[in-house]
Amino acid sequence: MPELQFGVVFADFDLLIRAAGTTALLWAAAFSVGWSAGWIVAFGRRSPRLVLAIPARGFVECFRNTPVLVQLIWFYYALPVLIGIQMPAFGAAVLALGLNGTAYCAEIHRNGLQSVAIGQWEAGRALGMGRLRVFFRIILPQAVSRMIPAYTNRAVEMAKNTSVASVISVHELMYNARLFSSQNYVPLETFTVVAGIYFVVIWPISLASSLIERRRSA
Amino acid sequence: MTSPEPVVLSATAITKRFGTVDVLKGVDLTVRKGERIAILGSSGSGKSTLLRCLNLLERPTGGTIALDGRTIGRPDGKGCQRYDERELDRVRTRVGMVFQQFNLFPHMRVIENVMEAPRGVLGKSKAEAQAIAERQLAAVGLAEKATAWPAQLSGGQQQRVAIARALAMDPEVLLLDEPTSSLDPELVGEVLAAIRALSDEGRTMLIVTHELGFAFHFATRVLFLHDGKVLEEGPPEQVLKAPREERTRRFIERFTERRF
Amino acid sequence: MPYVWDFSAVTRNWTVLLSGLGGTIVLSLAGIAVGILIGAGLAAMRLSGLRVLRWPATAWIEFFRNTPPLVHFFWFFYGLPMAFGITLSSFGAALAALGIQSSAFFAEVFRGGIVSVERGQWEAGRALGMSRARLFRRIILPQAARRMAAPFVERCFELVKTTTLAAALAHHELLYAAMVVVTETYRPLEVYTVVALLFLTVLFAASQVSEWLEARGRAMQGR
Repeated sequence: MPELQFGVVFADFDLLIRAAGTTALLWAAAFSVGWSAGWIVAFGRRSPRLVLAIPARGFVECFRNTPVLVQLIWFYYALPVLIGIQMPAFGAAVLALGLNGTAYCAEIHRNGLQSVAIGQWEAGRALGMGRLRVFFRIILPQAVSRMIPAYTNRAVEMAKNTSVASVISVHELMYNARLFSSQNYVPLETFTVVAGIYFVVIWPISLASSLIERRRSA
Repeated sequence: MTSPEPVVLSATAITKRFGTVDVLKGVDLTVRKGERIAILGSSGSGKSTLLRCLNLLERPTGGTIALDGRTIGRPDGKGCQRYDERELDRVRTRVGMVFQQFNLFPHMRVIENVMEAPRGVLGKSKAEAQAIAERQLAAVGLAEKATAWPAQLSGGQQQRVAIARALAMDPEVLLLDEPTSSLDPELVGEVLAAIRALSDEGRTMLIVTHELGFAFHFATRVLFLHDGKVLEEGPPEQVLKAPREERTRRFIERFTERRF
Repeated sequence: MPYVWDFSAVTRNWTVLLSGLGGTIVLSLAGIAVGILIGAGLAAMRLSGLRVLRWPATAWIEFFRNTPPLVHFFWFFYGLPMAFGITLSSFGAALAALGIQSSAFFAEVFRGGIVSVERGQWEAGRALGMSRARLFRRIILPQAARRMAAPFVERCFELVKTTTLAAALAHHELLYAAMVVVTETYRPLEVYTVVALLFLTVLFAASQVSEWLEARGRAMQGR
């Protein structure tokens, strides 16, 4: 077994940290898109009108039943052919990861809303509150607190998914790791350190999620 | 009176501590063959814990349990008993238990629930086990439910199956832990009737219950537990009609007031 | 000018895509098998009363659940050979990464199913004098298995989707086969759309079947 050269990796540690910044940006952008657009799809799914409910269901099934790498490649290589505009890699990644997140967030929102008893709607309406007011003042606060563990799980999955964007050359952490390891011939050290960086960032979220869940059930 | 029946089960100086709470503070109990003992007490008095210590589902912190005069486990030299899993398995085949929550096996049909232990633990043949199960189900009036799933039965029926399941092992002692407490009021009667029927065959039983009327007519002896100790015991006429202890009297009054 | 779809790139190269699909299926099945084996061991360790077993299993599970699978793929393909002088084929590296990564998830599925069985079931079995082994096999496992079914199937689907990462190691599975066809035909839209539709059809159909089976299983026990 050759001597491990972690020193080489740590000498350029700031390079990896800067790349991690891009990863964080991609993560935040994709999660924002997914969380917000998820509401639109969730309301589509809850709608009694089939012209809304069926496409919403179709959207969710499409994104949940195909690999995220295929989605990424499709948005980066295939979509431009269709619309005639070449997107930058980062844009394609935000779009693909964001829409992927949309599908999952839509289901979280939908389940959260469903978990609030019908009686809460009725009680609000019986007090003469408008539909929007009932939704924002009564339903949403109850639903969101129940959804927090699911949101954090999704955030973890999305953080891991950002690494896939390296395949379409988004210069985030994983891309720089691949570059660095092939330039310096230290793949074991590089990927170990990079796995460590991901773990240090992602694990606290998982931990918080399970703590919240335990507190809720207690 | 003729010579007393032999002692089947006895507990000596049983203590049980959960964390910092002493639930049982030294209970002595001798059960003779054919006795039917009702254990009363308010919640938190330790009555369910005592019952669960008797078949060692709960291991006592101190004291010993003896079945047929043989002490279970061996002293560890520090004042406690050490138990061997296989020995406990053998003990439990001879001390049956019926739970408050029935605990039927939901993935097995009714008759499979009753056959499981005679087949798997006593090693009976399938035909033997089936015959035993059919007999026990008939005894609790559920012969026609043999192929039903537990989830298809009412609470009262489930508890009768649980009784049949315990009796299929032909235990020397049957422990019943609040067998009617989680039932709707209208289903209590059928379960109590099934238990009463067992007294006709001279089965040795200990029952933790809040049904004072049932305890009065059914039990040969009543035990009143308070704060982890036996406060009073004796024949039902004495303990329930003329209690010596103030606490016992108050307990009985509270229950009778609530009833009527 | 509207785009003119042309699927001949797919139809002329269907044997390449088909062999790629074969690669995906083989990798999926092998990955699931390895994941189940290691996962069962990890679950047993986490459920054991011994801290020396519980601790490493927990660390393993937490690490692989909280790091991206693509890193594992690269670690096994590029990192491991460099350090230990053993070379893994792209299949070997992908299988190791998939199996080990999914073992962390399978372990939690198994453990979750077992701890979800009510304490009363253990007590009822013990009160009948059943030995631990028999009680586990006859009473706990069948009930746990039913509760594990849905999350287990979900984990398998996740694993099937994750197999596409092997394309980054140039392993011949469906996505990599598609990449090869695209470089020859310059028809990314048609080829990648077909690949997406293949995954969609297979996984959606499988999820419908598993939901139906689950509903039937519940109905059979009168619930």
